[in-house]
Order: sequence, then structure tokens, then C-alpha cells
Amino acid sequence: MKRMTAMKLSALAIAAAVSLSGCASSGGSNADGMVSKLGDNEKSVSLLGWPGYAEKDWVAPFESSTGCKVTFKSYGTSDEALTLFKTGDYDAVAASGDLTLRLIAGKNVQPLNTDLMPNYANVYSFLKDRSWNSADGKTYGVPHGYGANLLMYNTDVVKPAPTSWDVVFDKASAYKGKVTAYDSPIYLADAALYLMKHDTTLGITNPYALDETQLAAAVDLLKQQRQNIGEYWSDYVKTGQSFETGNTVVGTTWQVIVNAMAKGTKVKAIMPSEGATGWSDSWMISSSAKSPNCAYQWLNYIDSPKANAMAVEYFGEAPVTQDACQYTSDKTFCDSYHAGDAAYSDKIWYWTTPIAKCLDGRTDVKCTDYQAWTKAWQQIKG
Amino acid sequence: MRDSASVSELQANPVVRVSSARRISTLLYARAKLRLALLLAAPVFWLGLVYIAALLAMFVTALYSVDSFTGDIRPGFNLDNIASLFTDPLYVNVTMRTLGVALLVTVVDVLIALPIAFFMAKVASPRLQRILVIAVLMPLWASYLVKAYAWRSVLSNTGLAQWLLQPLGLSTPGYGIPAVVITLGYLWLPYVILPIYAGLERVPNSLLEASSDLGAKTWATLRLVVFPMLVPAVIAGSIFSFSLSLGDYITVNIVGGPNQMLGNLVYTNIGTANNLPMAATVALVPVVIMFGYLAAVRRTGALDNL
Repeated sequence: MKRMTAMKLSALAIAAAVSLSGCASSGGSNADGMVSKLGDNEKSVSLLGWPGYAEKDWVAPFESSTGCKVTFKSYGTSDEALTLFKTGDYDAVAASGDLTLRLIAGKNVQPLNTDLMPNYANVYSFLKDRSWNSADGKTYGVPHGYGANLLMYNTDVVKPAPTSWDVVFDKASAYKGKVTAYDSPIYLADAALYLMKHDTTLGITNPYALDETQLAAAVDLLKQQRQNIGEYWSDYVKTGQSFETGNTVVGTTWQVIVNAMAKGTKVKAIMPSEGATGWSDSWMISSSAKSPNCAYQWLNYIDSPKANAMAVEYFGEAPVTQDACQYTSDKTFCDSYHAGDAAYSDKIWYWTTPIAKCLDGRTDVKCTDYQAWTKAWQQIKG
Repeated sequence: MRDSASVSELQANPVVRVSSARRISTLLYARAKLRLALLLAAPVFWLGLVYIAALLAMFVTALYSVDSFTGDIRPGFNLDNIASLFTDPLYVNVTMRTLGVALLVTVVDVLIALPIAFFMAKVASPRLQRILVIAVLMPLWASYLVKAYAWRSVLSNTGLAQWLLQPLGLSTPGYGIPAVVITLGYLWLPYVILPIYAGLERVPNSLLEASSDLGAKTWATLRLVVFPMLVPAVIAGSIFSFSLSLGDYITVNIVGGPNQMLGNLVYTNIGTANNLPMAATVALVPVVIMFGYLAAVRRTGALDNL
């Protein structure tokens, strides 16, 4: 079974290499696998992304202007995305930072030539070439949108109004059985961020670079939190319902969940004093893309002001260029999402895949990787 | 002349023209064992490939390991995964929790199914009997997910359960293990009622009459005549609720709060952890439990009632 998959993948890779070199007249690539010149658009492009990342409103104009027919598949979690993308059926993927480094390390995606995407020049500089969308000085992803994992609370029940994540950690027992947390190993970073600000003896400087001791401390904190958890969430509709019914009164949330709350639900979402974890999603192109030209067109298109405005407003996250703010249907949109606010963005620790080579630059110690985090997360849930 | 000669030749020696089909059938008629082997070949092949080979493949995969850097599966003979089932508190706890839930669901379902099945088989008129069978089967027409989400809404803080229980000074159990037992109990109830109902139908009324003729009261008749005859049917029903509960992971996701069952561990090992060998190892647990259970009940004759 495994061998079959590997054979299939390598066959795809060869096919892609052949088709790339075959297009030398209309396009080309240089030595390090980066496309140097775009060729004619293929007839179709196959995309993988979070739900709501490629909707008809902005896909239809793209199809008519480029002739690339879009097929889109959405996924529920980053881990599901990895499994899907590894099949080699997709030309491009919108990946969060807890996935991107895994894709780069697995050579599933190719380095990008940003000169071929004019709209990329206007992207906020604080989103470019960061640890989650670049490696070895090469750009692997263009930003789609970004946001923070906020703290939502029920204003009737949670008093006084919280300003810190301590309501879901040290003080969570006050809301026993009504606390929620995001159901993914990457949530360990939320605990690490809290420890980074409250327990300086641990010496955490980046919540995604944890050595054994630091990870153990985060696990302990989350095991205590587990006593007070009502449910973990990964389905954002379900967690919204739980806030509406009062089964959950405090916990991690996304702005889009806040926006979708039924009218009259007494909830508020804040960025706590410690800052927050968050995501900055990147579109990446498969190293075995069958339609690399259309994929490049899509990456360029999604950063164009109009398309980006539609896409991020639909999902509920900040756009990646200032120009997009002119095109949002809600004129206060960019303000409420703090678009372009570099100080606000600095408070967000964007999801990054934890790897053995410490992301904070330490070389004297080995950091815990995503597999260790996954194991720890299972044990926390018990 | 030639023609007539050949005809007479044929008549004298008919074996010459015997078709190959005829020859095969003669062969099969003579050899009973070959006949049986050919008849069974297709189903045995199917059973072997789909069930036995799949189970064996799962067992072999459980012995593999995963390279933590590349995420590739390394074939080999490695008992670490199987050992961790017994040493890692995570797997021990989740196995015990899953077993507990499956047992509880089975007990609850049997207790509810017994009176319903008895009424259907022995009390109701033939017309009502048919209506009741349809009523019992009706929930199976709706999707599993719809029913699980309906329970999520019923058991929520503002749901039907809260509304009904509040006047009595009680409150909804909320999301957690009790909610999982309630939901699974509801989902598998038809599978328990039907075998018990079928088993009761096979108890002749004359036996009940004979029992009362001999002076037994209702309870004595139930205890001494009906229940002993019902044991195989109850066990048949319990196999359904027990095995279906052991493998479930969707219900616990929807109404189970923060709890995990064995199915969730299989799911996260495949989906999140990319650790197929460990998923295969965890998946062996329900298989082993069911083998033990089936071996135990085979002696009771319950398998004749499936």
C-alpha cells in the first residue's frame, strides 16, 4: 500500500517534471526548481483550502479572466489538508502555519518566484518571508489573510470582564465544565504563550520552540485546564452553538465565530494582555502541479485588492494589502480586524509548525517536534 | 453409403460426441469433494480476502513503526506499539472508558428492549404488532448524524431535556459520558429490540398456558419459562449494541464533551498524528474484545439467533 503511494507520487513528480520541461517554449524554470517565466494558462486548476477560501463571488471573475477552471476542495483541519495534499491531486493549497513547514520539509510545495505575481509587491511587509511561509531564504507562500485566536466570553456569566488568558488557565475552575479550547496539538502554543508571560523561569521566548521541560510545563498546565473543559472544538459551527446555548461560557474563538453569533447572544471577544496565537494563511504551489501557470495566476489574483477583500470578508480575517480595504462591503471592516496594524500583528504569535531545530534560534538544545506535540495532546485529552 | 456408415458408427459408439461440459459434470458427479471445493471457492476467497486478510494486514501493520522525521512507515517487527497499549495510561484509560460505555449502553438497551419486545410479541394484536415493528424500525430511516445532532440540541443547556427536568429540580446531564450513553442507547435500541422480539415470538403460548395451569404466577412464569428461553436472544441483541458502541467515535465527538473513546484514538492517529501503525494497534483492541465476547457466547447458542 505504502509502496504503491510512493510509486504513484514519484510517477506524478516525473510527469510534472516532464510537462514542465516540455513547456520550455512557453515557460521555464531555473536551477533551484523555481519557475522563471510563466507560460500559457492551462485549462483548469485544482485548489485545496479552508472552507470559504474559494467562493463563487471571486472565483468566477478569475475563471473568466484567465480561462482557468477552478475545482476547489475544502478541509477541516491542517492535518486533514496534509493527507489530502499528499495525494498530489492539487495544484495549490491554502495552508496555515501549523502545516506550511511540514509541506516544505516534505518537498510537497515549490519555491515561488514572486516577480511573476505583481500583486505580491503590495502585501504588508510584516506578512512577507516569515518563518511560516519561507525557508532557506526562499518564499514558499503568498499570504491570503490573517487573524488571531481570540478569547471569547459570556458577558453575563464571566465577571469581572477578563483581560488575560488566566480565565481559561489558572482561574478556569470558576467556570468548571464551561470552558472550551481548540482541539489541535497546536493549542499547546496557547499554553506556552501564557507560560512565557507568567512563568519566566521557564525561559520560553517563542511558543513554537519548546524543549522537553518547557513542553512538559505546557502539558501540565493543559492537564489542569482539562478538569474544567466542557468540550474541545474543531468545528466552528458547533462551538458557536455552545456559546449560544450557554454550554460554553469562555474560551478560544475566531472573529468569524463572533460575527456569526445569533443576535442577542451576550458574548464578547478580546485580545488578552498576553497577546494571542493566530494564523497567517499562505497559498502554496505543489511541487508536482499539473497546472503551474494557472496556480501562479491564482496566487497573484488572490492578493489583488478586490478578490482579497471579498475572500477575507467572507471568512472573517484581515486582508493582506491596504488596497483591499477600499473594496470591503463593510467600510469599518479593516478597522475591526486591525488590518495593517503592525503593532497589533506583533502581538500575534502566528501558527508555525514546531520542528526539532528550535525556531527561536537556540542550538544547544533540541526542540520538541509536531509529532511530540500530537502525542502530548492525546495524553492531555486522556 | 459413407454417411450411413458414419451414422451407424456414431450410434454404436456415442461417447465420441460427448461434449466437454458433459465430461466435467461426470467428473464432478464422481468426485464429491472436488464438487464441494469448487462450490465454496468463491465465498471462501471473498471471506479470506475481505475479512481475514484485512485483519491480518491490520495486525501486521501494528508491528510496524513510523519514522518521526519523514513520517514514512518503516516495516519491521516491533512490539512497542502493542506494549504501549498496556503500559501507556492513555490507552488503558480510554480502553476502560470505552468498555464501560459499551457495557452500560448494552445493559440500558436490554432493560428497555425486554418489556417492549414482550408487549410486541405476546400482548399486542397482530395489527398493532405490525405497527409496532414499523415504529421500532422507523428511527433507522433517519441519518445517524441527524439523530446524534438532535441529541446534542436536546441535551444542551437550553434544550428540551433542561426544559423538562427543570420543574423537577433537576438539570440536563450536559455533554459528557452520560450523554454518550443516552445517545448510543437510543441509536442502537432497534438492533436490540428486534432479536429479542424474534426470540419471544418463538416461545409458544402453550408453554405459558401450561405454566399457569400448573399454578405458576406471572412472575414465576417469566422467571422460570420465558427468561431461560430468551437468554440467547438477549445475547444476540447485546452483540449488536456492544460491538457498535465499541467502535463508535462520532457520537462521542458530538455529545461527549472533552472525552475520547477508542475510535477517536484511531481517528487522531490516522488524521492528526500520521501514525498508521499505532492506529492499527488501537483498532485491534475492539477486535480482541469482540473475539473474546463471541467465544464466550457461542456456547449459549445465541449465534443461532442472529
